[in-house]
Amino acid sequence: MKIKLTFWKVVFIVIMALGFYSTIIRYSRGLGAVSNMTDQFPWGFWIGFDCLCGVMLAAGGFCMVGAVYLFNVESLHSVVRPAVLTAFLGYLLFIVGLLFDLGRPWFIWHQLIYMNPHSVMFEVGMCVMTYTTVLFFEFLPAVFERFNLKTPIKWIHKIYPVLIVAGILLSTLHQSSLGSLYLIMPSKLHPFWYSPALPFFFFASAVAVGLAMTIFESTQSAKALGRHLEISVLVRLGGALLVALWVNALLRFEDYFRRGMLREIVKPSYEAYFLWLELALSFVIPITLLSFKKVRLSPNGLYLASVICLFGFITNRLNVSLIGLETYFGHHYVPKWTEFSVTLMIVAMGFALFRLAVQYLPIFPKEEGIQQPFAGRNVLSSSVLAVPEHAGD
Amino acid sequence: MSKAILYDSTICIGCKQCEVACATQNKLPYDDAIAAEERQSEHKYTVVMTKGDKFMRRLCMHCEHPACASVCPVGAFHKTKEGPVVYDVWKCIGCRYCMMSCAFSQPKYEWGSLNPRVRKCIMCPDRVVAGKQTACAEICPTGATKFGDRDDLIKEAQDRIRQNPSTYLNRIYGLNEVGGTCVLILAGVKVEEFGYPASAKIGDTPMPEYTGRVMERVPDFIPIWSLVLGGIYWISHRRDEVAAAEAEERKNGGAR
Repeated sequence: MKIKLTFWKVVFIVIMALGFYSTIIRYSRGLGAVSNMTDQFPWGFWIGFDCLCGVMLAAGGFCMVGAVYLFNVESLHSVVRPAVLTAFLGYLLFIVGLLFDLGRPWFIWHQLIYMNPHSVMFEVGMCVMTYTTVLFFEFLPAVFERFNLKTPIKWIHKIYPVLIVAGILLSTLHQSSLGSLYLIMPSKLHPFWYSPALPFFFFASAVAVGLAMTIFESTQSAKALGRHLEISVLVRLGGALLVALWVNALLRFEDYFRRGMLREIVKPSYEAYFLWLELALSFVIPITLLSFKKVRLSPNGLYLASVICLFGFITNRLNVSLIGLETYFGHHYVPKWTEFSVTLMIVAMGFALFRLAVQYLPIFPKEEGIQQPFAGRNVLSSSVLAVPEHAGD
Repeated sequence: MSKAILYDSTICIGCKQCEVACATQNKLPYDDAIAAEERQSEHKYTVVMTKGDKFMRRLCMHCEHPACASVCPVGAFHKTKEGPVVYDVWKCIGCRYCMMSCAFSQPKYEWGSLNPRVRKCIMCPDRVVAGKQTACAEICPTGATKFGDRDDLIKEAQDRIRQNPSTYLNRIYGLNEVGGTCVLILAGVKVEEFGYPASAKIGDTPMPEYTGRVMERVPDFIPIWSLVLGGIYWISHRRDEVAAAEAEERKNGGAR
């Protein structure tokens, strides 16, 4: 068996090797050795990126399930499965990330027996756990289909309405609750980001990100798998994204206006630079781009706008979780390279698993006459490592 | 009635006996090097800071409505009826939300440990329940750290301010901050100079209320939102069913 080394395969191997090294450090020498977290800065990059951004980027699942099954928008049917797959993998990897970040991950099950219903963290934990289970069931039909098991598909179809309603309910709860986590830090989080409306912002931005992420992953996998892109679907998503971005932007503006912050946010300061970056990437640039009909109708334009807005909302989450706290803690936190490498490893695992799943399972609708059903398998059987080819794109 | 500690920084002589007693009580290491450390850590629950001829002590404030207890997903912290906010290490999963939420940044972490614990002053709960003073209050040679009933200590603090208005700032730190704390501080200078958060910044609202406002809506939100979602599902699919039924009818009608 010959394994062809391409650039991205090498990158993938390097990422996994470094991640493996960092993992050993984490579990043999503790959190202090593997991260730059301290008593002054107890939550670092893993909470900011792996948890906050991870869950946000997995929002495509509930958005698409909501659009297609709840509102019965049939035309988006082809993107539901990839979106559910992304969400399912996203949540699994979020849990993997937690196992790194928690000081005593072997007691994570305590959540189930020592419940504190007043805790936002408890609510998030329970929701994530149940929602991952829901996603598992939403994802199962693809597996059953692959093995031609008709009866279990029928069972799942029977409980589908329950799964759909439960999935959206749980997503609404925990996407917003990730914002509520920060409500208890009114004196710590910078006023640019601390607002009583944090849970609303977190939920509204998750919807926008869900749409952007679906555009991103559809385009990306079409490129990687040599599939034909359904432009009509992308155009619909792009239109919805533009509306979602406007809603988000207006919510934020209204909040700054009501709290009398408009004068503050234009004054240059450390926090202001990061806020400007965030607002430019999440609102100004993508809204401007999507306002042109030409962009809204072109796959490349939609892809570009989506990626920029994804970076914008990632900046938002990192601002809330890291930048916005630096002044209060009087401590400039820069993650250690081992923190980055663990995160990179988890992200690379996500891309790899996604690639494997779309190769082996009926995630994307079959394209009639273009591809024979098992052509993809031969390519992959020669190299499982083909996986990361689009990991870093 | 809730117990409390009154720390009067104007009487404090900076002898650090409280640090020693705390270390002994909690079986922590203590030597000259640790004595010289001017900040709290996982091996130093309380610290006496020096600034010129002024001293200031820091320790967990034992809030009346502790943020740490409200945010902990597994309820590893709780406020005892005697006053101390205590920690159950067995329950802890290590999420460190307590550290993030504490307005006084009191919980510290064993970053070097493989099975790390959150560390902070727990107000000697065993001694308090047994009717004794905390170790730091018992050893204090000048009475700068005094243990007693919270209400009595508040009265005493007010008396001291009244009798010596030139010595003290007219303020008992901890009386109303974040809804009141079981550590009360009297000082001739602003406690903020020693790293305490400003009263105006942390406010008088008990910390759990900030999240409570949202959390208390969750039990209502779940059934209402489920109904709304279920309703939307029913309507949007009902439309299909009706359309299908009508198409069927038309076909039948046409055939007839």
